[in-house]
Amino acid sequence: MSKKFLALALALLMVCACLTGCGDSSSSSTASTASTASTASTDESAPEASADGVTLKIGGTGPLTGGAAIYGNAAKNGAQIAVDEINALGGLQLELRYEDDVHDSEKAVTAYNTLKDWGMQIFLGSVTSKPAVATSTEANADHIFFLTPSASSTDVLGGVENPLTETIEIPRKDNIFQMCFVDPNQGSASAQYIYDQKLGTKVAVIYKNDDVYSTGIYNSFSTKAEELGIEVVSATTFTDDTSTDFSVQIADAKDSGADLVFLPMYYEAASMILIQADAVGYEPTWFGVDGMDGILTLDGFDTALAEGVMLLTPFNADSSDEATSKFVSTYKEQFGDVPNQFAADAYDCVWSIYNALKDEDIAADASASDLCDKLIAKFTSSDFSYDGLTGEGMTWDETGAVSKSPKGMVIQDGAYVGLD
Amino acid sequence: MKRLIIRKKSRKNFITYGIVLVAYIALMAVVSAGAMPSALQGLLVPMCAYIIAALSLNLTVGVLGELSLGHAGFMSVGAFTGCTAAMALADSGLPVWGRMIVAVVVGSLLAAAAGVIVGVPVLRLQGDYLAIVTLAFGEIIKTVVTNLYIGIDPNGLRFGFLKPDIGLGKGGRMIVNGPNGISGITKISSLTAGFIIIMLCLVIIFNLVDSHSGRAIMALRDNRIAAESVGINATKYKLMAFVISAAMAGAAGALYALSQNTVTANKFDFNTSILILVFVVLGGLGNMLGSIVAATVLYILPETWLRQFSDYRMLIYAVVLILMMLITNSSKVRMLLAKLLPHKKSAEKEGEADA
Amino acid sequence: MSFINNLINGISLGSVYAIIALGYTMVYGIAKMLNFAHGDIIMVGAYICFFVCSGAGLSPILGILAAVLVCTVLGIVIEQLAYKPLRQVTSLAVLITAIGVSYFLQNAAQLLWTSNPRIFPAIFGNGGVQLGGDLTIPYKTLVTIGACVIIMVALILFTGKTRTGKAMRACSEDKDAAQLMGININSTISLTFAIGSALAAIAGVLLCAAYPKLIPTTGSMPGIKAFTAAVFGGIGSIPGAFLGGILLGVIEIFSSAYLSTELANAIVFLVLIVILLVKPTGLLGKKISEKV
Repeated sequence: MSKKFLALALALLMVCACLTGCGDSSSSSTASTASTASTASTDESAPEASADGVTLKIGGTGPLTGGAAIYGNAAKNGAQIAVDEINALGGLQLELRYEDDVHDSEKAVTAYNTLKDWGMQIFLGSVTSKPAVATSTEANADHIFFLTPSASSTDVLGGVENPLTETIEIPRKDNIFQMCFVDPNQGSASAQYIYDQKLGTKVAVIYKNDDVYSTGIYNSFSTKAEELGIEVVSATTFTDDTSTDFSVQIADAKDSGADLVFLPMYYEAASMILIQADAVGYEPTWFGVDGMDGILTLDGFDTALAEGVMLLTPFNADSSDEATSKFVSTYKEQFGDVPNQFAADAYDCVWSIYNALKDEDIAADASASDLCDKLIAKFTSSDFSYDGLTGEGMTWDETGAVSKSPKGMVIQDGAYVGLD
Repeated sequence: MKRLIIRKKSRKNFITYGIVLVAYIALMAVVSAGAMPSALQGLLVPMCAYIIAALSLNLTVGVLGELSLGHAGFMSVGAFTGCTAAMALADSGLPVWGRMIVAVVVGSLLAAAAGVIVGVPVLRLQGDYLAIVTLAFGEIIKTVVTNLYIGIDPNGLRFGFLKPDIGLGKGGRMIVNGPNGISGITKISSLTAGFIIIMLCLVIIFNLVDSHSGRAIMALRDNRIAAESVGINATKYKLMAFVISAAMAGAAGALYALSQNTVTANKFDFNTSILILVFVVLGGLGNMLGSIVAATVLYILPETWLRQFSDYRMLIYAVVLILMMLITNSSKVRMLLAKLLPHKKSAEKEGEADA
Repeated sequence: MSFINNLINGISLGSVYAIIALGYTMVYGIAKMLNFAHGDIIMVGAYICFFVCSGAGLSPILGILAAVLVCTVLGIVIEQLAYKPLRQVTSLAVLITAIGVSYFLQNAAQLLWTSNPRIFPAIFGNGGVQLGGDLTIPYKTLVTIGACVIIMVALILFTGKTRTGKAMRACSEDKDAAQLMGININSTISLTFAIGSALAAIAGVLLCAAYPKLIPTTGSMPGIKAFTAAVFGGIGSIPGAFLGGILLGVIEIFSSAYLSTELANAIVFLVLIVILLVKPTGLLGKKISEKV
């Protein structure tokens, strides 16, 4: 009885699931966009029709639940702020929808397909690298413009030669662009910076062995370091399963006499390393990457421990310039905490797409493919550049990678100070 | 009487075959009519892979009666070896279906080999100790695959462990790239391939269960000491069921990997093992149709219908899971249902008899 | 010197596993179920203590008390709603329900407290006992080990000497016989969950005092490791959980220090497998004689 009943109940549920899955209308649950925006604009009676009568559907996937949820939610919130601002201007209107991918490439593809069924015209890609590799392939096949805020792996863009074999293993996906630095650039820029500024003679690296982002940066860092003659005395790893205790990694760096430790990882792991290194009285120069941003606003973290940490980051929430402070205050007001670089990158993604499209002639029912052609042409054209929160004069070329100068920052008295 | 039971059983088996066949034809019809939303369409092949994994785990948990918490490890072996085989043959001129067959065969053979390596020590243990050792093997496989590098160049396959530099010559190609896993996979698996493998698995499982060996295996499950005392070789039959189960999980892994753009070792972790176990337990131990239905619903549900609840999606999934377990297992709820559906009383007895 | 340092680090990590494993083994020993939600109750306990100490600025003692109180109530509620109706059916059904509860707690925590990580305050201070040279045993390790020993002795005395404790042991030996002797099985198992959850709260506080990153999934990995530790020592055995936890921590640190940081996790599990093959019921597990 129980089994039969179960089978019956499950079958019924399956039918429901399929039906609702199919009948998913365009009324998105996440979009607060059109209505809030129109109250700000003069035309209150027509929520979707703007002056141009064009509303573009922008989608994105990111981890909104699970262990990596902080990154996805930050990007989603940052993008939402940009969309609200743009809609308040009147003119071209945007509708934003984020779908959860739980930092999993399989679920990311489903999330992407859900967005496609919704009628997504422009794709903000996936927030994290591993899912973005999968969704970029799909978006490439469907010819939907893809601009990811933060997925920095070269596999996302494709077209990068493997130095060992001199072959291009993943062909360039021509409609895929990044707002963040590509991993190898970060790794080699960090090595170059350490070399130029003579920050350390013996370098230790701790990286996350099961993470694409971390290993990508480490590999290019170690290649560049070897080239420049920087001595890497210790390279240790951790994984998701061993990310509680770092005593071995710290002891290894300490015992090998490293005076600089490079931490290509996100800030929550880095904060644990700083705390545990402090407990054993190890005080080298710490050098981070853009994932380190956020460490100062970590709830309960003693920012004194991060004193003197250097990092290359495109975004600084403490920056005094008008755009950043406005963004930060809006973010705090709406979402209750200080935005990190993911939020800023996503904000820049939406604005740069808007800037690229605002002067174009867009039909109300423009197909994703037409928009994609327009955006590729615009983004790769030599006269298009974008000034945003994460850099000034950003440009893109056919490789899809952004060209902006990383800002060297050092943490002093609990705040970022620019390095020269 | 005995003939009657057998006939009843084989009728039940044919119903299962029939339902799978009808579902396949219906899905193919909807897909070819272009009426299926892409979100659902993209889920079909992985869904088949999870169904196969659930069937294979049901063989271990339901038929053999041993709890395995590391089944995703065998999927991982199948996924990485099968996918490597398919990619190594990419330029061989073999047609797509040929590569698919090679991938599934290679994946299941190597997963079977892993099944032997894991099974020989594991099956000596009992109950929860056995379960934790399967978990341990699952974690070991994950760590090993995370550090595995496989590439191909004109001289053939090259392997490396822990070090990405595996001495590939010019024109070579990295296939398995350590923590980055396999990327740039050509998706060659299809719903039809999934359907064929599901049918094959059903044929194998049903025939095994009805065979002499199958009865020996179930005798071991129900009472090991009694079974051994009548001369059943426990190690042999247990290992047999376990290895067949591992091979099927390997096929599921190969099918899965070739339906994705990228796979990484982390995908096949403890949580995936648990996910498959949930399918099996919810579908009913030893009930193959139940596994198929449970895998379908529980895989499709959170990705489609529950998406409308956005942030509350996984919370609702958890509640659904708990409620389903309570509804199907609680005696109070059962009694309530028995009152509502009195004519099904005889069916209940039958259902419990072959549990 | 570095050997002793690694040993100290291993014991520090192991003491955290041990205290979680004690709760696991307690529940398993009596209710015979693998409570996969245990790790998530730990997380809830840690959050409660965090809010009391860091948020409200109250003393850590109050924080621990609040955590124990909330987790005990939570444990009882979970047991009544989700596990109790399934007492008569297969342990697998309860296992899946426990997984459902685990998902529920993680996602509820994310909705309530967001996924932003928080850094747990160093409630036992940052220093330690100097042993000369570079060697220091951190206070938090001493507190954790102390807590482990106290809890272990208390549990042994409780199950060995008190009436209720004996009733628990009777339940774990033979439910039906225990019932015939007039023991209320339901309330005994409920009490086990209450105690198990209270231990989880303490474990949560100690886990986060030692490794302060607090996110909704904080409890899951240590939970699985502690479960492994409990099996290592012989699941159901209270001293076994302590021994298993400490050994697991030491093996993990030693294998990453002397063999490979990449493979540390695999080595831990390999050692576990070898031990179980030699001693199939764990280090201190009871030999079960089987009957037909």
